Amino acid sequence: MSIHIDPLEKKWIIMTSVIVLLTWVLIIYYAAVENVHPPSNVEVIDSAHLHLASGVGGGEFMEDKLGVHRDADGTLVVTMVAARYGFYPQHVEVPINTPIKFRMASFDVLHGVLIPFSNMNTMIVPGYVSELTTNFTRLGDFPVICDEYCGLAHAYMYGMIKIVPKDDFKLTAEVH
Amino acid sequence: MATSSIKTSELALSAATTDSTNKLAFWNFFVAFAAFALALPMGAYQVLERSGMFPALENAAVYYASTSTHGVLMAYVLSTYFIMGFGYHTAVHSLKQALWSPRFAWVGFWMSTIGVVLAAIALLSGNASILYTFYPPEIAHPIFYIGAALLVVGSWFWCVLMIVSTVQWKKANPGKPVPLIMYGTVLNALLWLWTSLGVAAEVVFQLIPVSLGWVDTLDPGLARVLFSETLHGIVYFWLFPAYLVMYAILPKEAGGKLFSDEFARIAFVMLFIFSVPIGMHHLYMDPMVAAGWKLLHMFGTFMVAVPTMITGFTIIATMEIAGRLRGGTGLFGWLKKLDYTNPVVLASTLSLLMLTVGGWGGVINAAYALDALIHNTQWIPGHFHLIYGGTTVIMYFAAAYWLWPKITGHQLYSNKLVLTQLWLWFFGMWITTMPWHYLGLIGQPRRVDTVQAYQQAEELVRSWDFSMLIMNIGAIMLLVSGLLFVYILFMTSRQPTISKAEQEVSYAEAIHPPLRVPTLLNSLSFWNWAMLIYLIASYGYPVLQFWFIGTPESPQWGI
Repeated sequence: MSIHIDPLEKKWIIMTSVIVLLTWVLIIYYAAVENVHPPSNVEVIDSAHLHLASGVGGGEFMEDKLGVHRDADGTLVVTMVAARYGFYPQHVEVPINTPIKFRMASFDVLHGVLIPFSNMNTMIVPGYVSELTTNFTRLGDFPVICDEYCGLAHAYMYGMIKIVPKDDFKLTAEVH
Repeated sequence: MATSSIKTSELALSAATTDSTNKLAFWNFFVAFAAFALALPMGAYQVLERSGMFPALENAAVYYASTSTHGVLMAYVLSTYFIMGFGYHTAVHSLKQALWSPRFAWVGFWMSTIGVVLAAIALLSGNASILYTFYPPEIAHPIFYIGAALLVVGSWFWCVLMIVSTVQWKKANPGKPVPLIMYGTVLNALLWLWTSLGVAAEVVFQLIPVSLGWVDTLDPGLARVLFSETLHGIVYFWLFPAYLVMYAILPKEAGGKLFSDEFARIAFVMLFIFSVPIGMHHLYMDPMVAAGWKLLHMFGTFMVAVPTMITGFTIIATMEIAGRLRGGTGLFGWLKKLDYTNPVVLASTLSLLMLTVGGWGGVINAAYALDALIHNTQWIPGHFHLIYGGTTVIMYFAAAYWLWPKITGHQLYSNKLVLTQLWLWFFGMWITTMPWHYLGLIGQPRRVDTVQAYQQAEELVRSWDFSMLIMNIGAIMLLVSGLLFVYILFMTSRQPTISKAEQEVSYAEAIHPPLRVPTLLNSLSFWNWAMLIYLIASYGYPVLQFWFIGTPESPQWGI
């Protein structure tokens, strides 16, 4: 059965469709060519036993493994635990304009991590490892803020990150 | 065919039917607006508390109890009860037939209301300070979840009645298009049935068993995926009746006709189909869903912009018709001729302005590269207060002003106060949410009771000061406006009564009212099948994966 569509409506629909298509194409382009993806590694871990070497995902988040280190292919990796109410280690230092891979896990409840003026922003869900690679473009000290409600003292949960010039950056403590 | 259509429209409802419907609508609205009146001061309190300018107010336990209560009352109680009240009234008056079983409606009403009371006890006593998004593995008192489940199940009674009404009418009027406002209403009922499945599954299979101690652990990843299935559809469940007021009530109030009936139906089926299986944009920053699924949900998320664009077009075209009929000329001259002293016309205009900016913010949230900048920042409450609190709730006000005299039989109290209330809400909403959007961009997280804690980042915290000052002004304006709304409704009940003729309900007609429409634009079953297939495609694997990826589950935590 035919349906009454005004010529103006037709034009409007075409314009709307073009906008939607354009957005899709842009996002697909950046995903396929520039590798822009949301943090989505689907990796499980036993959050209640992060301190143990054994168990699902065990070992990686033990106390002496936390902090900044280089992995086998030379990438700088920051391994962090989020727990009521802080990020551990509480202070980290990384170089500017360098890809930094964050690996984070929660010890207890839901947390989030947000570093203002960067795209470092991800959820930390108990039972899962959050992994995200980012590139800081501003020098200075920034708070590492918990951005998901995690309990009554949630507003007090934060750490600090210092972004330094590449030449000033040294790995202070070697993580084993 | 033609004679039967005239007959139906002349068919008068019996006084008993009108009375029982008015009673049903009134008590649903009563609960909705009572919840609104209770939640409103909590919102204002949260803004003032959080601003840090009133140290005497600061208290994290009270803040989070009040945030949780504000969210549940505004998002779940105000919306659901408003929609139920409006839907019962619409079903009876647009179809011109009695409700299949008013008793069934009351059973749903009482079930929901008992649920609300149970949840409120847990919330107000600080035993459910887990925010309206639940957030396991933090676990609230079991009566909170049981209350929430009862509220949802009670609302399903309403859905059933909307479907039964429509099916009865279609049987009695074969081949004829369901009245536009009812077609939207019944699609919204179906939308709610589909979209509430996620939260119902989470509450029934995960949260209630854990909170009662029947099981020890749960998977927060699964809970988040299930909740996301509800989280976007629910927003359209709230918004749908706001659109229906614009499509079916505004044209007549403005003094014109609806630009197109068929185009509206296309928008309705698109709102239905694209609002549910796309909820994973709430999980863009979550680790337990793979990137491909997020991409798929991103496509659908942008599709929702289409029915919104259609609505914008049709409603503005409709207003133009009215403006020109009232003597407006030139490209924009018709805008000046519209009657902005009519509450429905004024509210729709203000609503569309908020929708334009709020919708633009939504497009930013929908693109995941941009979402990384604003996810869980104060931008997000800015966005949803503008879209829900602004665009949607101002239309609830308009609908209430339109309906209150019809269902109570009393003349509306002071049109001047009504207009003041709407303008105050509009400006209050801008002055509250614009600073919030900006605060999000400059790195302020949402859901914190204080920002004074980040002492080592003093410069950043100071950069938030100015916006935090402005938002206080907006919050006070919203508080005054909201209380004014309740006051106007209360005073209306003490006004002189109006005649039966003034209580007559009629809906707008299109310029070309269709005698028949294509089956797809009059059908329910086709779209249900489409929804089922789309849901299986978009949520099937992401939910099933939790049965084989072997997540070590979480024990429960207090707040």
